[in-house]
Amino acid sequence: MRGIAKVLLWGAVAAAGALALGTIALRRGEPINAMWLVTAALCSYAVGYRFYSKFLAAKVLAIDSLRATPAERLDNGCDFIPTNKWYVFGHHFAAIAGPGPLVGPVLAAQFGYLPSTLWIIAGAVFGGCVQDFVVLLFSIRRDGKSLGQMARDEVSKVAGVVAFIAVISIIIILLAVVALVVVNALKSSPWGTFTIGMTIPIALLMGVYLRYLRPGRVLEASVLGFLLVLLAIVGGQWVSHSPVTAGIFTLSGPTLAILIIIYGFAASAVPVWLLLAPRDYLSTFVKLGTIAILTIGIVAIRPTLQMPALTRFIDGSGPVFAGGIFPFAFITVACGAISGFHSLIASGTTPKMIAREPQARMIGYGAMMAESLVGIMAVIAACTLQPGPYFAVNSGAGMVGQTPAAAVSTISGWGFPVTLDQMNTMANDVDEKTLFFRTGGAPAFALGMAKIFSDSLGGKAVMALWYHFAIMFEALFILTVLDAGTRAGRFMVQDALGHIWKPMGRTSWYPSIVATSAMVVGAWGYFLWQGIHDPLGGINSLWPLFGICNQLLAAVALCVATTIIVKTGRARYMGVTLAPLCWLVAVTFTASWQKIFHPNPLIGLLAHANQLNAMHPAPADLARKVFNDRLDAVFAGFLVVLVAVIVVEAAMQWFAVLSGKKEAVTSEAPFVNTRFAAEELA
Amino acid sequence: MKPLRNLMRTIFNTLREIFDENAYERFLLRTHSSPSVASYREFMREREEAMARRPRCC
Repeated sequence: MRGIAKVLLWGAVAAAGALALGTIALRRGEPINAMWLVTAALCSYAVGYRFYSKFLAAKVLAIDSLRATPAERLDNGCDFIPTNKWYVFGHHFAAIAGPGPLVGPVLAAQFGYLPSTLWIIAGAVFGGCVQDFVVLLFSIRRDGKSLGQMARDEVSKVAGVVAFIAVISIIIILLAVVALVVVNALKSSPWGTFTIGMTIPIALLMGVYLRYLRPGRVLEASVLGFLLVLLAIVGGQWVSHSPVTAGIFTLSGPTLAILIIIYGFAASAVPVWLLLAPRDYLSTFVKLGTIAILTIGIVAIRPTLQMPALTRFIDGSGPVFAGGIFPFAFITVACGAISGFHSLIASGTTPKMIAREPQARMIGYGAMMAESLVGIMAVIAACTLQPGPYFAVNSGAGMVGQTPAAAVSTISGWGFPVTLDQMNTMANDVDEKTLFFRTGGAPAFALGMAKIFSDSLGGKAVMALWYHFAIMFEALFILTVLDAGTRAGRFMVQDALGHIWKPMGRTSWYPSIVATSAMVVGAWGYFLWQGIHDPLGGINSLWPLFGICNQLLAAVALCVATTIIVKTGRARYMGVTLAPLCWLVAVTFTASWQKIFHPNPLIGLLAHANQLNAMHPAPADLARKVFNDRLDAVFAGFLVVLVAVIVVEAAMQWFAVLSGKKEAVTSEAPFVNTRFAAEELA
Repeated sequence: MKPLRNLMRTIFNTLREIFDENAYERFLLRTHSSPSVASYREFMREREEAMARRPRCC
């Protein structure tokens, strides 16, 4: 009887998922409710987890409940520590959740809600969750080795170098693009700038509180920090209404960029306990809380999506970023579907905490499903906006016209009506001077989120507070990504330079700290500076480069995973990682090729440089703009070479092992019986 | 009521794990020390490099 009940239950879940997917895919011409997206996602995740991840665990990975994990074998009470699976799940999710799944789907909403939704669901179930799960398990089987170490040991030394370069590249581009998102969200916004500025002294205060007043009371300090941040949001309204303070905190894009660059450099050099750690705690606290209330808000309000399923911009002429649905929708959504960055987390702290091998399924596959659901929430938040205002907020002046009047005329001409009055009313509602040309995704997401929140609680009267809460939420953890990323990049550069000249490798030697911090900040700062001066808005060129980097890192992870699957005699199952790998290679190659060589100057970097060169009269800063386009083109080409190298290196291993020319040797740790199984039986 | 209490306890302990409170407790047990400014400083010193090397995800 139980068997029949299970079949009926899973049949019902699958049918509900199919109905929801069918509805969002086939309904045209009338708005649909957001709950169709939520239902489609939840049912797909449930079926994917119950059946596909179980297949992966049983057949592909041969998870062994009797095998001791490194957390048990190497337990030192510090790095390696067997931990309750729910705690590890929370820890892992908090580590992988970042701004990417919020910003990417908002930008990709220019194609309509359908492409992003389908890719987020399918990409996660068959790609992102698989990648996180297999990398986590393979790292567990190798004493918690990092992705770079596994690439070197299992594929080749060259692959290890490629993994290192891929990580550095993604850190630099990631930091530049998220800094650009913050600049675009805060420029000419005294309220937002004040609130975010206040998070720095609040974090410092938390650091002092934790160090000297109440040592170790992190939750307490985080609640205190959060209350102070709420006060800062309320205070921000007063600041924005006072002519004197409003003048002080109304900053231009270049000024904000300089301040963020200085902040990045300083944050990389001050002690961890003073700024990085408390800021990280505060950001995590706000992030988890906000994601939870956004989910509750969407389920409670069940908003209607105003964006059509597909827009005319699937042809590549989009104003948010130029480029066709393939490959750019997949590059843009990025982390909500598959993120190479997760493989660093899955081969970092998490494998050292897992007590039993079977738990890797829930933590690796399950946490990515939760991340993917966050991406779906972002799609919903963006698509609850009317398309006209969505495009007016998200499009650069270079794409829709230099003035608000020109922008509304262009956007309305595309069939997405919007008026100056409508935009002014929206700006007034959220206490902003203007919402035109606020590229980067953060303001659009904040508007959608504020609409959902204010519909649930407080109405229009508190819309401005919710909007600035949302901006604070995004900017807070973007800045956390920025300072942590700068510091992590600094350590990587120090490690690398230490091989050339030993003193540079000493992480506590001040000249080395200053020099390497300057290198990392200089690298992402250059791309940021280029972005804010880009006539097309910056996001148009930088977000695709970030997406390519991220998918490149995922390709590295999947190459390593496929190699291990082949080496462990399970080549008949290599399709589970090879299929997403082939897709990522197709996406990254096509995107890179189009970014370099596409004849449309809005897409192709070289075509854009040629267009600038041919202009009469020549635009200001011609030489620098042309150089920037060519630099981005070289960078995109460099990424293609990296993808090609890692794929060729891995494929050579597969052929050598499968043809019997090479003995399959893996660096797997020897089997040791777990004591937890015996304890369970007892 | 018991399942609800268990759920709340799991959530609370998960938060303690995420926010390193459990790690500090384990440190105190391992080093046989009590909560103090000096022990927390030592705990942070031990974890500093690991925390600083960990990039936050995008």
